[in-house]
Amino acid sequence: MSLPRLSAAFATAILLGWILPGCSSGPHTVKAASVKPAQERHEAPEFTLKDGDGKVVHLADYRGKVVLLDFFATWCGPCKIEIPWFTEMERKNKDKGFAVLGVSMDDEGWEVVKPFLAELNVNYRVVIGNDATAQLYGGVDALPTTFLIDQAGKIAAVHVGLASKKDFEDGIQQLLQAPAGGIKPDQALLRTAPHLDPVPARSARAE
Amino acid sequence: MSGSRNSAVQVKIPVSVKTGYHVNSNKPSEEYLIPLKLTWTATGALEGGEVTYPKPSLEKYEFSEKPLSVFTGNFDLVANFKVAANAPAGPGVAAGKLRYQACSSKACYAPKTIDISIPYQVQ
Repeated sequence: MSLPRLSAAFATAILLGWILPGCSSGPHTVKAASVKPAQERHEAPEFTLKDGDGKVVHLADYRGKVVLLDFFATWCGPCKIEIPWFTEMERKNKDKGFAVLGVSMDDEGWEVVKPFLAELNVNYRVVIGNDATAQLYGGVDALPTTFLIDQAGKIAAVHVGLASKKDFEDGIQQLLQAPAGGIKPDQALLRTAPHLDPVPARSARAE
Repeated sequence: MSGSRNSAVQVKIPVSVKTGYHVNSNKPSEEYLIPLKLTWTATGALEGGEVTYPKPSLEKYEFSEKPLSVFTGNFDLVANFKVAANAPAGPGVAAGKLRYQACSSKACYAPKTIDISIPYQVQ
């Protein structure tokens, strides 16, 4: 008896990563390689999602603060490395005009996310994301994907995948020290998120 | 694949994971990781379908404290069927779903489910 052969193709993502140019001008000494100059930043797309208490969260609620927007999932190993860093950054900087906002991309929702947040002692606000929100930010196929948003609501840096803790710290300090200027929000174009090729899932076919 | 009634048949399903990426094995080393799993949704004149997974490799990644149980590169899943005693002669298709979750050393991708189909012929 002959054995049929079947191909199951695992396609993988190619990150068409942005190499973000090094940093802005200004009188301050902290500079993060990933932070774009103020004039090159674009508006962070607005979204409305709910937190674990059912309260509605608008990104616009954070205008005036530096925001670290972290797309993550409970099944994502690299996310579990970064989340304790973000918890520490929230604790150190929350009184300086900084906030972390987590966006979980777990399909199972709070049932899996709440225990996960408790296990990691997360001290910042987390909402459950959806495909529509992810699309606003370029698809967010790779996790973690983290956006650093300045006080004017513009995306100053994007990190796709596990990044350097120091780069996050430097970026936050740079933005806290140098309030954003330049482009008015209504002049910004919503095309700041990284473009990622999706991970296409192809049906297996018998050969 | 072809087989006669009551015969045991084995189906080999080659899988390929692109270089630089891995998928969690069928028995991940951490509870939070999503396993690779092949399940059958319709087997027609075939019975059983128990899947034998390859031996995973233990790989250390930047994001993991301990080595993880993963599949990388090219490997085979093997499904074991028996042709039903009352199977009508002729063609059929067994259908299944393969669920997996892939990562690189720095990022992970949402779980995916792909369709698997195995055409067969009862002699």
